[in-house]
Amino acid sequence: MKKLLEINHCRKSFGQLEVLTDLSLSVEESQVLSIIGPSGSGKSTLLRCATLLETMDGGDLIYDGCYAARDNGEKSVYASPQEMRQIRNMFGLVFQNFNLFPHYSVLKNVMEAPVLVQKRDRREVEETARNLLGQMGLADRADAYPYQLSGGQQQRVSIARALAMNPKILFFDEPTSALDPELTGEILRVIRSLAEKKMTMVIVTHEMTFARDVSDYVVFMNEGVIVEQGDPREVIDHPTQERTIQFLRRLRES
Amino acid sequence: MTLGTMVIKMGEGFGKTCAIFFLTLLFSLPLGMLVALLRMSKNRFLSAVTRGIISVLRGTPLMLQLLAVTYGPYYLFGISVSRNKLIPVVVAFAINYAAYFAEIYRGGIESMPVGQYEAAEVLGYTKAQTFLRIILPQVMKRIIPSVTNEVVTLVKDTSMAFTVSYQEMFTIGKQIANSQTSFVPFLVAGLFYYVFNLLVDFTMGSFEKRMGYYR
Repeated sequence: MKKLLEINHCRKSFGQLEVLTDLSLSVEESQVLSIIGPSGSGKSTLLRCATLLETMDGGDLIYDGCYAARDNGEKSVYASPQEMRQIRNMFGLVFQNFNLFPHYSVLKNVMEAPVLVQKRDRREVEETARNLLGQMGLADRADAYPYQLSGGQQQRVSIARALAMNPKILFFDEPTSALDPELTGEILRVIRSLAEKKMTMVIVTHEMTFARDVSDYVVFMNEGVIVEQGDPREVIDHPTQERTIQFLRRLRES
Repeated sequence: MTLGTMVIKMGEGFGKTCAIFFLTLLFSLPLGMLVALLRMSKNRFLSAVTRGIISVLRGTPLMLQLLAVTYGPYYLFGISVSRNKLIPVVVAFAINYAAYFAEIYRGGIESMPVGQYEAAEVLGYTKAQTFLRIILPQVMKRIIPSVTNEVVTLVKDTSMAFTVSYQEMFTIGKQIANSQTSFVPFLVAGLFYYVFNLLVDFTMGSFEKRMGYYR
């Protein structure tokens, strides 16, 4: 299987606080990888490093063979702005709190970046966008504004917005955490259907059952390192590490 | 002098009042954005200098600034005071109002959630595209009430041009009041300003409404 993302020996500190310690991870094509772990374990920081919203202090970041960052033995050295633009084109990110553009209609939210950034033909993009909105069950909401939508609908728009860029890999940063419990189901259904279409995805989530059912691979993080990883049913149902057992038990109790 | 002649004479000066008003807005609104961007610059020196200038402009009377810009060149360099006082008046007003607008813009820009920048960044927008398409339109909507406040103040502040004897409406009114020993010209001036501001309110209100299509 082709490796779409490779992170080698990633280090990241905020001031004195080391958030990620020598962390390595790779994602293969069509793989659905879930990252679980307690808050403060560094999973969001890892996602932000992977999506270039944070810079790593050390380590390599490689997208489909292209180095976004290369460790020179001392620190991560990032690629030129031009190469970075190309690399940004390879992935999409769905935020916890959607971050839709409130002054744009749903359709424009989905259409603008492909037209403006990727310089694609407007008509082709509109067709793609309407198609995606249809897949998201939002065909009739194209002209609505984000504030007129429910949280679940907004999150589905933001998934369509990310997909319109044709990313090779799609990241989700706790996509259901800002939603009412009744609304999380609709997002999980969308992610599941993307998994069926062999979309490569990396999902930071607190939804254990979902992580177990949808992902091919689960990574459990704690204090900036990967404590346990592997087949989701193994890791979630039969954890071997004390920290994982503790975390999952607490989650079940709550 | 009849009330009618008073109104006509002052009305003649009203054109100059409008000139101060519109030219000040024309220059200070964009200048304020430049000042705001300098004030928020990552370059500490630029930011500190800009901050100092804003502080002086906001901390000293506009009347003093008017006098300084109009007569300063004469006292400092012996350059004769320009016959057309509109130029120094507009320069002083534009600089002063730019300082206020800059702080309003800065407040608006800094109130934008960081998620908007991040969403644009991940989608590959350049910094300029992010600012012009995503940030600025939303900032405009947020700051309209504060800008309206400044614009309303500007209408009334134009009367300060009398300190450098620029023949705008209030200056003429004051002259008539002196020569006729009458308070009526001031009432007339008050009415002029009030009606002008009703228009300002209406115009700004319609801008606000136009941007009310989203929240």
